[in-house]
Amino acid sequence: MSRVVILDYGSGNLRSAHRALERVGADVEVTADPEAVAHADGLVVPGVGAFAACMAGLHAVNGPRMIGRRLAGGRPVLGICVGMQVLFELGVEHGVTTEGMSEWPGTVERLQADVLPHMGWNTVDAPSETAMFAGVEDAYFYFVHSYGVLDWTLPTSDHMAAPLVTWTDYGTPFVSAVENGPLWATQFHPEKSGDAGAQVLRNWLGSLV
Amino acid sequence: MSLAVRVIPCLDVDAGRVVKGVNFTGLRDAGDPVELARRYDLAGADELVFLDITASSGDRETTYDVVRRTADQVFIPLTVGGGVRTVEDFDRLLRAGADKVSLSTASVQRPDLVSEASRVFGSQCVVLSVDTRRCGDATESGFEVTTHGGRQGTGIDTLAWVRQIVDRGAGEILLNSMDADGTREGFDVDLIALVRDAVDVPVIASGGAGAVEHFAPAVAAGADAVLAASVFHFGAVTIGEVKESLAAAGYPVRPVAMEVV
Repeated sequence: MSRVVILDYGSGNLRSAHRALERVGADVEVTADPEAVAHADGLVVPGVGAFAACMAGLHAVNGPRMIGRRLAGGRPVLGICVGMQVLFELGVEHGVTTEGMSEWPGTVERLQADVLPHMGWNTVDAPSETAMFAGVEDAYFYFVHSYGVLDWTLPTSDHMAAPLVTWTDYGTPFVSAVENGPLWATQFHPEKSGDAGAQVLRNWLGSLV
Repeated sequence: MSLAVRVIPCLDVDAGRVVKGVNFTGLRDAGDPVELARRYDLAGADELVFLDITASSGDRETTYDVVRRTADQVFIPLTVGGGVRTVEDFDRLLRAGADKVSLSTASVQRPDLVSEASRVFGSQCVVLSVDTRRCGDATESGFEVTTHGGRQGTGIDTLAWVRQIVDRGAGEILLNSMDADGTREGFDVDLIALVRDAVDVPVIASGGAGAVEHFAPAVAAGADAVLAASVFHFGAVTIGEVKESLAAAGYPVRPVAMEVV
């Protein structure tokens, strides 16, 4: 059974993520203990609310360093919602710019749509090589957010496999998921996306070694 | 493809029991909110709303237990409202597993509660429930905010109110027409259109659904989501049928995986 840690840094309702991962067969612990975070088969970085507040909470538990160490060792990490956003370089909310973890270049900015938050079930446009969406390519997933990444700016290189970037349309296209080696992330909430979300979590567990 | 119109059943819960009967076949316990939530999930509900009408504060622990057990078994968004008066109430519901909390009377009595909750928890989980009714010339828009389940008028203009409360950080409006509520003659589409124009957050239309053909006009008037209670509970209309009618009218819906009556 895969051992999964949900990083506990004071961000919102973790009960749903905990239960949804258990439902698909994970052994789940909610903690910020560095040993547990380092040794888990997979680490989930949740996040709701403001980018700046999430970064502050992550710094308070030494989250960026723990996440960076896992990734340097090729150990799987899954970011969800604002837990995905903070993996980018910068977040701009209410005119305030906050530094993220810079795993990818790019800025999290306000979505360009008539009605915000983007709240409800939407579809995804995933690359054909996707492992995350295997079996649920045409499904709907539950989103709730007002900010997102509108421009994917990572240059491609011959030396590295390019990340798989999935897009969703709301007003304009935004990045709704990324698969990048050991680092996966979703802007939607798989733990709230019914059976389709469960399949995404199952696919992630299947990627853990 | 684009964002689906949400179809949301609402359950009234009193001391841990669903108040109005629910007419699903084969239920072991028609009063158990957790079992009903599971059935509605299977039937294609996009979200669930629990309205806690427990009168005695001593029984509110039961509500938290119901929310916990529901969140443990049902993996779609859950909004809980009713009797929420403080940031602490809000926090307890989120920790129990609610994704969103709706505020109604308390926000009229103390609008700062909306500002405080959205600052602490984020706008995305603050739903403003507005019980409103037509009031002739008494307000500029012709609609006023009511409290106590529609029994008390406030003289506050509904449009001014929703604008103010969205400025304070509410992330969604649950718009309940007290005129249409219980009539089963359709949603108040004039009200929906006015509120849709007044704010730029999602609007859930509530009150008046009685037949499958009532839902598409609410969406045409600007609703992002449609909510109903008794029409679903008594089995007059299934969620699948509502989604078929919305799809036929050209609106995107999340397909029902398995049709359950």
